[in-house]
Amino acid sequence: MKIVTVAGTPSSGKTSVIIHAMRHFIENGKSVSAVKFDALDTMDDQIIKEKLNIPTLKGISDYICPDHFYVSNLEEVFLWGENNNSDVLVIETAGLCLRCAPHITGIMAVTIVDNLSGLDAPKKMGPGIFHTDIIVITKSDLVSQAEREVFKQRIREVNPDAEIINVNGLTGKGSLLLKRFIEGSDDIESMSERELRYSMPASLCSYCTGEVRIGKKYQSGSVEKIV
Amino acid sequence: MTMSNNLKITVSGGFNKNGEAESLSELELHPETSLAVIGPTGSGKSEFLSDIEQSASKDTPSGRTVIIDSEGVDFACEGSGVIAQLSQKMSFIMDGTVERFLNLHAESRNKGGNGLILSTLEVANTLCGEPIRLNDPLHGLSGGQSRALMIADIALISDAPVVLIDEIENAGINKLKALSVLSSSSKLVIIATHDPLLILMADRRLIMKNGGMESVAERTESEKGILEKIKEMDRYTERVREDLRFGVYPLSSAEAVL
Ligand SMILES: Nc1ncnc2c1ncn2[C@@H]1O[C@H](COP(=O)(O)OP(=O)(O)OP(=O)(O)O)[C@@H](O)[C@H]1O
Ligand SMILES: [Mg+2]
Repeated sequence: MKIVTVAGTPSSGKTSVIIHAMRHFIENGKSVSAVKFDALDTMDDQIIKEKLNIPTLKGISDYICPDHFYVSNLEEVFLWGENNNSDVLVIETAGLCLRCAPHITGIMAVTIVDNLSGLDAPKKMGPGIFHTDIIVITKSDLVSQAEREVFKQRIREVNPDAEIINVNGLTGKGSLLLKRFIEGSDDIESMSERELRYSMPASLCSYCTGEVRIGKKYQSGSVEKIV
Repeated sequence: MTMSNNLKITVSGGFNKNGEAESLSELELHPETSLAVIGPTGSGKSEFLSDIEQSASKDTPSGRTVIIDSEGVDFACEGSGVIAQLSQKMSFIMDGTVERFLNLHAESRNKGGNGLILSTLEVANTLCGEPIRLNDPLHGLSGGQSRALMIADIALISDAPVVLIDEIENAGINKLKALSVLSSSSKLVIIATHDPLLILMADRRLIMKNGGMESVAERTESEKGILEKIKEMDRYTERVREDLRFGVYPLSSAEAVL
C-alpha cells in the first residue's frame, strides 16, 4: 500500500489537491482510501466521499492537539487502510500551526502552501517545508510569474531537495505530476516502529487539558513566561 | 541561458472531444518563433496550453504527449523553470514598490544590477500609456501598467525560454510591442488568442477544432501585407484613442484619414 501524508496551512487547498490527485489513481483502477484529521468538526471526509466515492474516515481531536491525536492513531489508520484493500491511503492532517511537520520517515510526505500567503510564508512554515518530499503550491495562477519564481526560490532556500509543483485546486491542473510522484513512492508494509521526521511541540500544561481561566494559579506543567 | 538554444517541444496528437484521433498527429516547436493558438470558444486552446505546461503524457483529457527537451535532456518537470506564463487573472500580491519587486525577482534569478532593473522598467513603459516609476507602489499600478510590467519582467528577468500566454488582448497595453518584446528575447511564445493582429503577428498558427489540433499554418508573404494593414488600423485606433483620452475636441478632420 502506498501512503501519503498531507499537511498544510488552513485553506491552502489540501482537500482539493487530494481529490484531484486521487482521481487519477481511481481512473487507473486503483482503490484509494482517505483519512482526515481535524481539531473541530470537518466536512472534508464527506466532500471526498461524495466526489470520489471511496472509503473515508474522520478523526476529530477535540481538546487534544490534532497532530498529537494523529500520531497516536497512525497504526489504527494503517490497519483501516489495509482492511479496505487500498492501493493508496491518503492521510490529510489538520491545518498546521506551523510548529509541526506531521510527516513520517520513509513515507511520502506532501506539504501544501498557498502562493497568496506572502513571500515570507516558506520561512515561517519552517519544519513543514523542510521535512517533506513534495511541496505543492496552490493558487499560483493568480499571481505574477515573478512572484511565483521568487516564492519557489524561497522554498528552495528552506528545502533544496523537495520536488516543488504547482497545482490548481479548482481545475486540478498540475495534479498529474503529484500523482506520478506518489505512484513512484515505496509500498509501506507497516506503520509501527516508524518515526516522525520532526518532534512535536510539548503539550503538557493545564490549558492542554481544558483549562480556560486566566491567572497563575490555574497554570501547571510546562509554562514559560515571556518576561 | 544555453538551455534555450536547442530547446524543442514535441506534441504528439491525442483525441478531440469526440474521442477521434486529432487531425494533426505531430507538432514541433522551436525557440525564437511564435505560435498563435486559434479557434472558436471551447475549441481547446487553453487545454492545449495546459498540456504543454504539464508535459502531458497521455494522461490529460486530450490524451496528448508533450516532450520538452534539449538535445535529449528532458525538462518534464514544471519546476524546471522552462515555462513562464501570463494570463488575464494574474495580479501582484506583494507589498512594496516596483523597484523592490524587480530587485527581489532579479535576486531570485541570480541576476543583479541596476542596469537590468532600469531596462526592464524602460521596456514596460514602452508598452503602456502612463509611465511606471521605480518608487510606485505595486498595488497602485493600473491594470495596463501591471500587465506591461509583467511582460517586461518575463522578457528580461525570467529565464524561462517558453512563454505561454492566454488571452491578453483586453489588457490595455500595446500588444504589438508586447509580443515583439517577448519574442525578441529569443523565447518561444505560444499565445491563445482571438485577436487578428496577434494571430497574424505569429510566425505560425495552430487551428483548434472541437478540442483537437486541426492543422498548423505558416504565415504567408501575402498575409504579411494584411498584417501591415491591420497594424496601420491599430495605430489609427490608437491615435484616435489617445486624442479622445486627452480631451481633444472635436477630433480634426485629418483623423478621418486612415
Ligand atoms: N481534446 C480534448 N478532449 C477532451 N476535452 C477537451 C479537449 N480539449 C478541450 N477539452 C475541454 O473542453 C473545454 C473547453 O476547452 P478550452 O477551455 O481549452 O477552450 P478555449 O478554446 O480555450 O475556449 P475560450 O476561447 O473560451 O478560451 C475544457 O473543459 C477542456 O478541458
Ligand atoms: Mg481559453
